[in-house]
Amino acid sequence: MNWSSVTTVLICLPLGAAVAIWILPLSRFATGSLAVLVSLVEVALWIEQAARFDYGASGLQNAQQTPWIKELNVSYHVGEYGFSLFLVGLTVVAMAAAISYGFWVGRDRPRAYFGLMLFLTGVTVGVFVAQDLLLFYAFFEAMLIPLYVLIGVWGGAGRLGATLKLLLYTMAGSLLMLAAIVVYGLKYGTFDLVTGPTSASRWLFLGFMFAFLIKAPLFPFHGWLPDSYREAPAEVTAVLSGVIAKAGTYGMLRIAITKFPEPTSYYRTTILALAAASLIYGSVLAFRSPDFRGVVLYSSMAASGLIALGLFSGTNLGYDGAVLQMVAHGLISVSLFLIAGTIERRTTSDQFAFLGGMARGRPALATLLMATGVISLAVPGSAAFAGEFLILGGAYQRAWWWAVLGATGIVLAAMYMLRLISAVLHEARGSMVGDEAMDLRPGELALIVPLVGVLLALSLWPAGISSHSFAGDRPTKAVQEQFK
Amino acid sequence: MIATPHVDWFAISTMIVLLGASFVALLSAVLVPRAWRRNVASTVAALGFLGGIVTSVWIYVDTPDAHRVIANSFYRDRWTALAQVVLCGIGFVTTLISVDHIPGRRRGADPSRRDDHIAEFFALLLAATAGMTFIVGAANLMGLFLSLEWFSIALYIMCAIDYDLEGSLEAGLKYLIVGSFGSASLLFGSALVYGATNQIGFLEIAEQVAKLGLSHDVLLVLGLAMIISGLAFKASAAPFHMWTPDVYEGAPTPVTAFMSAATKVAALFLAVRVLNIAFGQERYLWSWAFAGIAVASLAIGNLGALGQRNVKRMLAYSSVAQAGFMLIGLSTGTALGARGLAYYLVAYSAAAFGSFAVVAARERELGEPVTLDNLAGFGWERPFLGVAMWFFVFSFAGLPVGGGFIAKFLVFSAAYGHGWTWLVIVGVVFTLVSLYYYLAIVRAMYMRPAAEQELRLVAVAGGSPARETLLHGAVGIALVVSVGTLFAVPPLLRIIEHAVSAL
Repeated sequence: MNWSSVTTVLICLPLGAAVAIWILPLSRFATGSLAVLVSLVEVALWIEQAARFDYGASGLQNAQQTPWIKELNVSYHVGEYGFSLFLVGLTVVAMAAAISYGFWVGRDRPRAYFGLMLFLTGVTVGVFVAQDLLLFYAFFEAMLIPLYVLIGVWGGAGRLGATLKLLLYTMAGSLLMLAAIVVYGLKYGTFDLVTGPTSASRWLFLGFMFAFLIKAPLFPFHGWLPDSYREAPAEVTAVLSGVIAKAGTYGMLRIAITKFPEPTSYYRTTILALAAASLIYGSVLAFRSPDFRGVVLYSSMAASGLIALGLFSGTNLGYDGAVLQMVAHGLISVSLFLIAGTIERRTTSDQFAFLGGMARGRPALATLLMATGVISLAVPGSAAFAGEFLILGGAYQRAWWWAVLGATGIVLAAMYMLRLISAVLHEARGSMVGDEAMDLRPGELALIVPLVGVLLALSLWPAGISSHSFAGDRPTKAVQEQFK
Repeated sequence: MIATPHVDWFAISTMIVLLGASFVALLSAVLVPRAWRRNVASTVAALGFLGGIVTSVWIYVDTPDAHRVIANSFYRDRWTALAQVVLCGIGFVTTLISVDHIPGRRRGADPSRRDDHIAEFFALLLAATAGMTFIVGAANLMGLFLSLEWFSIALYIMCAIDYDLEGSLEAGLKYLIVGSFGSASLLFGSALVYGATNQIGFLEIAEQVAKLGLSHDVLLVLGLAMIISGLAFKASAAPFHMWTPDVYEGAPTPVTAFMSAATKVAALFLAVRVLNIAFGQERYLWSWAFAGIAVASLAIGNLGALGQRNVKRMLAYSSVAQAGFMLIGLSTGTALGARGLAYYLVAYSAAAFGSFAVVAARERELGEPVTLDNLAGFGWERPFLGVAMWFFVFSFAGLPVGGGFIAKFLVFSAAYGHGWTWLVIVGVVFTLVSLYYYLAIVRAMYMRPAAEQELRLVAVAGGSPARETLLHGAVGIALVVSVGTLFAVPPLLRIIEHAVSAL
């Protein structure tokens, strides 16, 4: 078997399964099982791919290319670098968890639901492996469609407003990106990301960055964030913040920084300032939030800020840390939102005013929330700590005050995360926490424990990601050479 | 003895097949008993359209080099053949949905008058399509005007075919009056061009203009302006779109589906030819004119659609907006622009036809006009039609689930290649605006439960929805084309490339 076609399989298998689920009149149980099975096969395929990956070599691996629009040099071109491999891994793991959660919860209209989740899996993998600008754009847009329906149909009471905001915000960004792609492709005669030249055009850079800033999102482009994250079903929010938001920061690394070196350094201070603002403002908002989801959603914005801080510091440490942080934060926020979902199912609320005292008699829930929370606040030795430490180191190399701002954000992270833990687990028993709010069931444990396990493993060996993301572990050189 | 020109019968075989079928359908109105009339006439129509597809594909394959036939009055080339395939395809799927959805079986109608004019309807549909397949190959102003009137008159009657319904009559009348204005403008423009050049053949006009240095002659430019406005009427581009919402809303929905797709194909395929061949030297003028019309259509169509609750009206405004995107391709005057336009027309036709067909299905089960409110829950009740509609509106919006994405990309590329980055930006901004109302349809279908609306489904009362095999088939074809144009880009573009190179 030719292993480079696995990349395509990773995209097409869930898409095909989605179509099959939509067409075949399967029962609720069969539909859910099929979806979970496919998502687990994805994970297995990814592990196989990761095991065969040559982390020392530069250049694209597992690549495939077929012409799409020949006369404009647009092609179906997919392939992986070290860092994209890890993001694909994050995607398949997070989606497997989210799909299993949906199965466990028993979402209404299972065929539509699981089909959309699988569709989302396929196109999100596509975003991280696409090596052609138009293909990248197609996947980037296609992510929105299932999200739109997932939030709009299975979301909370304010879902219609939330979907509208989500779509109009992100489409505003991505349509500007489309304009930038058209201009880039015709100006340089190719849409290929691997062979395409670097550009000094600041307009094009801004066109791309706008889309990524909204997607990530960084301050002040986060207007869509609170509504969508609060109204979406828990597992969809988990995917949104854990995986979809990473498409924004991935785009910054793969396209904005790599293809536009001159505009990157021209706008570096501005973007670093936005990143620092997102980190601190997001952390403050998280500290002020009255609800579980509020804390985690604003902490995601803070995390995006931190990742952007690492990326735009333009240093070896910054790049390594940013990739590690993307994966670590992705896993953390998936776990936290799934835990939020399990709590909401027990208490019908995630408002701190009604929660509290859940640690008593619920050891599994308490342990898992505590473990994830502690990793999330970057306690020394955790994966998030490793990522943040590297990013701060990188930021320090750029200028010391960036590191100071970054460190402030980390102090705030400890504050809001401890507030969350104590508001949910400790303090007096909340009015909505009845005796029927039981501890996590085995099914839920089977979902969340592996996620936390991966996080612990990453905490033990963060270098597994941070020193394998770029060829020869020299990120700045790799970025300069466009990963060739 | 009058000298007759040599006639290349094969070049006009598509029209002959369609007109022949039209005559047979018309005869069936007299000869076939009322009970069988609908089935016989529709079968004849379907066979006629399939025959038309076969002959035009044959012409496409058999005509590697373009030339004019029959006293230089008709083009036998791949551009014509491609348009004919598309038109016959639209006619075929229209036949499929018309079988069940053209009134005659409507509730409460006088039983003695049931299916009174159904055979005439199919005859008119065939005749209109024949006229359109002629106009896309017209090689002189005479053929242009005659075939325009030919299909327009058939369409006027088709709009008013449901004469029990006030809206249908009104639509027919309005279309007749406004459409005549467009035809008159085109005719007057042709007269002025003839006056300036003393020629009616497209090629000869261009030769004469070059010979006499007429490219800024007042008569000629005025004539060109009037021809442009006449064509814009038919393509329902702003500011010549006023008739579109009313007529699309009032006409029976299968007719609307046909008009929205086929009329645009005919008018724009012709526009590319006449502008590039006859008025190539005035390119500077008409490319700015069409850029202006494109921007106006984008603005008026998109902003007009925002406030609509009636789905047919909203789709009518959306078709004005879509005309704007297509005219971006036309206005560049480049080969890439023409290819983008042709691609856009294929993708658009599928989505436009399909979306109106879905509306027709809903209209039948409700027994009243479809609005965003009574569309609630439709996506869950009729999963296939709901999903298809979803694909159609997202293809309109240029999201990467349908050919609209590639088409938009091509016309934007053409605009940039022409040096008009501003037009790309305008297009992008209005794409964003359009999302709002396209999403409103998806939102209405899936995200609002029907229970809230207390809907009474007349056709469904006490049973499952009507099993409309033919309509499902037609929507399925539209869906395959709509999604296929996203994936099968290389072969389709090659076909279009050959067609464009014939110009």
